[in-house]
Amino acid sequence: MAKLLEVEDLQTQFFTSAGVVKAVDGITYDVEEGETVAVVGESGCGKSVSALSILRLIPDPPGRVVGGHIKFMGQDLATLSDEDMRTVRGRQIAMVFQEPMTSLNPVLTIGLQITETLQQHLNLNKEEANARAVELLGKVGISDPDRRLKQYPHHLSGGMRQRVMIALALSCNPKLIIADEPTTALDVTIQAQILELMKDLTRELDVALIVITHNLGVVARYADRVNVMYAGRIIESGTAEDVYHYPRHPYTLALLRSVPRMDQPRKAKLDPVQGQPPDLTKLDKGCAFRPRCNFAIDKCTSNGPVLETIEKGHTVACWQHEKLLNALETA
Amino acid sequence: MFQYIFKRLLLMIPTLIGAAILIFFVLRLIPGDVCELRLAGSGLYADPEQIKLCRDNLGLNDPILVQFWDFIFGFLTFDMGESMWTGRAITYEIGLRFQLSLQVAVMATLVAIFIAIPLGTISAVKQNTWIDYFVRAFSIAGIAMPSFWLGIIIILGLLISTQAMFGEPWMPPIQYVSPFEDLWANLSQLIWPAVATGYRYSAVATRMTRSALLEVLREDYIRTARAKGLVEKLIINRHALKNSLLPVVTVIGIEFAFLMGGLVVTEQVFNLNGLGKLFVESVLNQDFTLTQALVMVVVTVFVFTNFLVDICYAWLDPRIRYA
Repeated sequence: MAKLLEVEDLQTQFFTSAGVVKAVDGITYDVEEGETVAVVGESGCGKSVSALSILRLIPDPPGRVVGGHIKFMGQDLATLSDEDMRTVRGRQIAMVFQEPMTSLNPVLTIGLQITETLQQHLNLNKEEANARAVELLGKVGISDPDRRLKQYPHHLSGGMRQRVMIALALSCNPKLIIADEPTTALDVTIQAQILELMKDLTRELDVALIVITHNLGVVARYADRVNVMYAGRIIESGTAEDVYHYPRHPYTLALLRSVPRMDQPRKAKLDPVQGQPPDLTKLDKGCAFRPRCNFAIDKCTSNGPVLETIEKGHTVACWQHEKLLNALETA
Repeated sequence: MFQYIFKRLLLMIPTLIGAAILIFFVLRLIPGDVCELRLAGSGLYADPEQIKLCRDNLGLNDPILVQFWDFIFGFLTFDMGESMWTGRAITYEIGLRFQLSLQVAVMATLVAIFIAIPLGTISAVKQNTWIDYFVRAFSIAGIAMPSFWLGIIIILGLLISTQAMFGEPWMPPIQYVSPFEDLWANLSQLIWPAVATGYRYSAVATRMTRSALLEVLREDYIRTARAKGLVEKLIINRHALKNSLLPVVTVIGIEFAFLMGGLVVTEQVFNLNGLGKLFVESVLNQDFTLTQALVMVVVTVFVFTNFLVDICYAWLDPRIRYA
């Protein structure tokens, strides 16, 4: 399969009065056509920032992409003019945001917000755009789409709004959709519906998907590949199967153990990750996870581990990954 | 929508009643009255008999509730009686000046809108560039500069520059001409006070536009609009501006109503015979009937402007429209 998106050593920093925040500190990953990639991690680990960096939507000031390359279909997005970048946004790469309640403009109709994108990118006239909008709303499971087009966001529930956002993202047949915690703000039952919908539609339309989440349960359902991020870096990457069943980084393991599971006895205690995420302005050259890590050794303080491939398609950044494997086997 | 408008209209009634009660009784708390001022104003001896006669004639010796009833009834029937000072019909006194004040207020508002919205928008979009600094300095200057002073400068500037250009100084006409009679003469008189007051007015509105827009530009839906790949012009005009105009409309409404009765000094500078000047005179003369009528006119303008502002809200924001 062809590589659709190549992120290479991406570094995004925020220049604040408290110091330079290294929100994304050199991450590298690929997305292939039609593939679903999950980016997992705690709040503040740089997941959303890495996604916004791809579309060059980091507010500047205070933020800036300071290093690395983002290639989309072989083209470096950083070298595009603002004009050309606009033809990528929404047309080639679309985005679904976390907050459906505030991500739609409250004073414009749903219809206008969908059709303006269509008119901008596909040069449709008003009737064509309207017809396409109706079709899209139907596709994302919104009943009575004709009437909905004339309504405003406050007429719709959170789940409906997120469906509208998905319709918006799909509107111009993009190659890639980036979904930034698409279900975080929704009820659990709605979460499942939205996820099913995204899964079905991206498969049906052969769209690649980057889904950003802190919910490991979500990832299990449909990612082809999982990148686990910690303190602005990818610390483990592999197929969903690998990461779920054979985690090789203590952080991944800790995350998995902190999620309730159906296949465990009901009395089994949850084991939350101890401690706090590190201050991203004060990172040293050691491993950022070591203060919270049960496997830490002296080497972790002096030398930060680098990502190494431990088997095909499974990479991990930990000096102790062998030991972790043993620990897992004996457990 | 219809219900919303109707509700707003109904709400005007209690406001007007409250204002009427307040002004009527507050005026009568001020010591002295129009008869004393008329007969003994210059410090001469006045015959108490004559003062009593004057009061009887003007109805000031009637029971207070009767006076109040006369006032309310007069207001409701648009017959507010005669001025206690000049003896002329109040509708005549006010009618003479209302058109002028209204025209200055409307023109100043237009000047303000045409300056404030584009400048405020540019300033917010180009935040922290030289354009932004320039606009901010321009609007700070407008707030800091009293409009009567600006008026004096405008008049002096006109005199000096026309003197230099044509050899003899040109002054805006002093006599008010209705715009329907002679538009050119009318505008050449009123454009200057409109600019002088409109500038200060625009300064407030510019800053309001800028700060409201800056806030809106940080909203999630603006990020969505960017992520959709819309052109910047569309993002600003369609997505941001409409959301940020609510506070601006409020400021414009309040300022407009203020201009209708509060342009005392500017009217003096430009020698305009407007409501502000009449207001001051009527209060100084303790001319109850005229002051009451003027207050009611200004309050009505205020209430009506607020009504228009509310309609604008509903037009701008569907959440208000459907609430």
